[in-house]
Amino acid sequence: MRLPITKTPKPYVGGAFIRSESGRTFPLKDAAGNFFAHIPQCTRKDLRNAVEAAAKAGPGWAKRTAYNRGQILYRLGEMVEARRTELIDTLVRFGATKSAAAKEVDACSDRLVYYAGWTDKYEQVLGNVNPVASSHFNFTVTEPMGVIGVIAPDAPALLGLVSLIAPVIASGNTVVAEVSETNPYPAILLGEMLATSDLPGGVVNLLTGFRKELVPTFATHTHLRGISAAVGEADRKTLRLGAAESVKRVHFAGEATDWFSAKAQDLYAIRDFVEFKTTWHPVGA
Amino acid sequence: MSILTSENKRPTKRSAGRPLPELIFGDLWEFDPAPETADPKLKPRYDLFIGGRFVAPVSGKYFDSINPANETKLAEIAQANAADVDAAYAAAQKGFAVWSKLPGKERAKYIYRLARLLQDRAREFAVAETMDGGKPIKESRDFDVPMAAAHFFYHAGWADKLEYVAPGRKVAPLGVVGQVIPWNFPLLMMAWKLAPALAMGNTIVIKPAETTSVTALKFAEIVQDAGFPAGVVNIVTGFGDTGAAVLNHPAAVKVAFTGSTEVGKIIMRSLAGTDKKMTMELGGKAANIVFDDAPLDQAVEGIVNGIFFNQGHVCCAGSRLLVHEPVAAAVLAKLKTRIRTLRVGDPLDKNTDIGAINSREQLTRIEKLVASGVKEGADMFQPACKLPTKGYYFRPTVFSGVSMSHRIAREEIFGPVLSVLTFRTLDEAVEKANNTAYGLSAGVWTDKGSRILKMSTELKAGVVWANTYNKFDPTSPFGGYKESGFGREGGRQGLLDYCKLV
Repeated sequence: MRLPITKTPKPYVGGAFIRSESGRTFPLKDAAGNFFAHIPQCTRKDLRNAVEAAAKAGPGWAKRTAYNRGQILYRLGEMVEARRTELIDTLVRFGATKSAAAKEVDACSDRLVYYAGWTDKYEQVLGNVNPVASSHFNFTVTEPMGVIGVIAPDAPALLGLVSLIAPVIASGNTVVAEVSETNPYPAILLGEMLATSDLPGGVVNLLTGFRKELVPTFATHTHLRGISAAVGEADRKTLRLGAAESVKRVHFAGEATDWFSAKAQDLYAIRDFVEFKTTWHPVGA
Repeated sequence: MSILTSENKRPTKRSAGRPLPELIFGDLWEFDPAPETADPKLKPRYDLFIGGRFVAPVSGKYFDSINPANETKLAEIAQANAADVDAAYAAAQKGFAVWSKLPGKERAKYIYRLARLLQDRAREFAVAETMDGGKPIKESRDFDVPMAAAHFFYHAGWADKLEYVAPGRKVAPLGVVGQVIPWNFPLLMMAWKLAPALAMGNTIVIKPAETTSVTALKFAEIVQDAGFPAGVVNIVTGFGDTGAAVLNHPAAVKVAFTGSTEVGKIIMRSLAGTDKKMTMELGGKAANIVFDDAPLDQAVEGIVNGIFFNQGHVCCAGSRLLVHEPVAAAVLAKLKTRIRTLRVGDPLDKNTDIGAINSREQLTRIEKLVASGVKEGADMFQPACKLPTKGYYFRPTVFSGVSMSHRIAREEIFGPVLSVLTFRTLDEAVEKANNTAYGLSAGVWTDKGSRILKMSTELKAGVVWANTYNKFDPTSPFGGYKESGFGREGGRQGLLDYCKLV
């Protein structure tokens, strides 16, 4: 009998697959209780490195045309669809039923296609020209905020992560995400799909590790301009307290969020992480 | 403005030896006083406005509101404590049951009435605003009061069109909103806060700043005259503890604050454990950027308006002037000439350009920061104008030779103090402009439309004015990036901050 080659799971940061700078890992067991792999236990230093990578990728990603961002998000949807079987098997291995796993993976690729379609449309709905009472062409447009911290729910591990990341990058933000602590492996696979989806390195950075170690740094890192998190009450308070120090924008996914419902994908999830800029342009000779 | 534009077009070539005469009227003639004399109809004492009635504060305490122009007492203002704030929220909750159920078109008509009744009493309110806050009468008369009325008029029309606010989603009012506003545009900030909240169907507990409560309480009379249901608008007055009680009250589902970044952060921390929605309109340190192709005379007018409007008590004041090096000397010379003609003094005088600093406390803060500018080595220019002997006044001040590390280039001064820096390239201008924790506004002066749009794209600021400055409109959303806060006020975007999506 041939011995299978096991994969070393590495999170995707700055366009590369990394181990934690600390060298720490934690053992991950599958649903049957068998050892699966060692997962990097990322530190706040890893988080800071990821923020740096995201900040570097930011201006280039924001300057991509909306059409191009749409195509890349669509391509990511294609990648997820192409590796559908592998993703389903993984979700099953970590406890999902076959039908629930299929439903989650399909919802992920559909969600990516949904937001791919918004990239060149949200501006037309969210922005507008303002009829000011003076001789100015006054218009309000959106701009991405910058680097956004995402903290994904533990379940559904894959769909929750995809649902929080997609609307944030659709508008040109870049992301540093902490993936599910209890079920990190689907996110490791997602990283591999991100790497093959034409998404520039550093636009989405995924960290594995422990909430209690990383949440305080998410809260206080001043280069994170916003936080989108699916966390409990104690972490919410930590994040809000830290956010006050640099007037960060914070949005929480409710604990009752039905990630599969149509309401979990929304134009207003894009709106949460854009800034509105209003320009007064003179009219006249 | 039109005169200046035509001046630009005038042939500048003159025969040698005959320089243009400099006309500095301020040095040649004394202006006769031209005070605005309309009766501000002030009451000697103002109570709290709760549940549609004026009620005495539980503590029985009142504090004096001072006219900063002459340090005389203007009126006594009720000092609300936690019990008063409780009563205000109870009234607002009762009011919500009525107000939120009214058809939008009926709510609209109430809000239209506010606009009209304010227009009817515009001059009276302008005088009261100037006496209470120290701003020049020409500003309160031509800007604050009409703009406040315009905000009510604009938002009134939204009340029955809310299905167009958030395409794809239905909107619903939030409930009772707690609001705390600053002293720089007392009535106008109140309008900015009340109008969208009311249009959406929310009810309100609002606290004006302790130095400028008079026009808010006069406005309560208008709310009464408009026949509003009891408890829709509740006004509590007092100091910081009253404001904290308003923002931290458990019945407030949303809080809106306009004020300093420092206080904004304190509020954000104090609300960290709650689910209250927030909007924050905080400080700024705006760059006003002048390129070498700008119409310089017009730009100088804009620079003056940008920093000396309302004594510089403007969160979006153009307090950092960035001048393209080729024109830096010319701009600074023109600026100094222009500043020599500014009239500082009695805010009620119709000729006054720069009125009184809002409070002694603020005057002290300005003096400290100006002293730091001198100490750190920047060159200070102040015109030799006479200041009144009583009241709080500060000369218009321009610092040149300022570097990015100087406190006067980094900290919000909130006074008539301009810091001048220079740049060589567009990229350098952008970098300097964005090198701040703030991001409220910016100004760009250039003749080139494409450069305006380029700059507007690069500047991290919520409002960008091109060849103008300090322009406002109810239809135009206002608010900041970064530590200048979040949420918008005005326009369609501002309305969304006062509703929930259902």
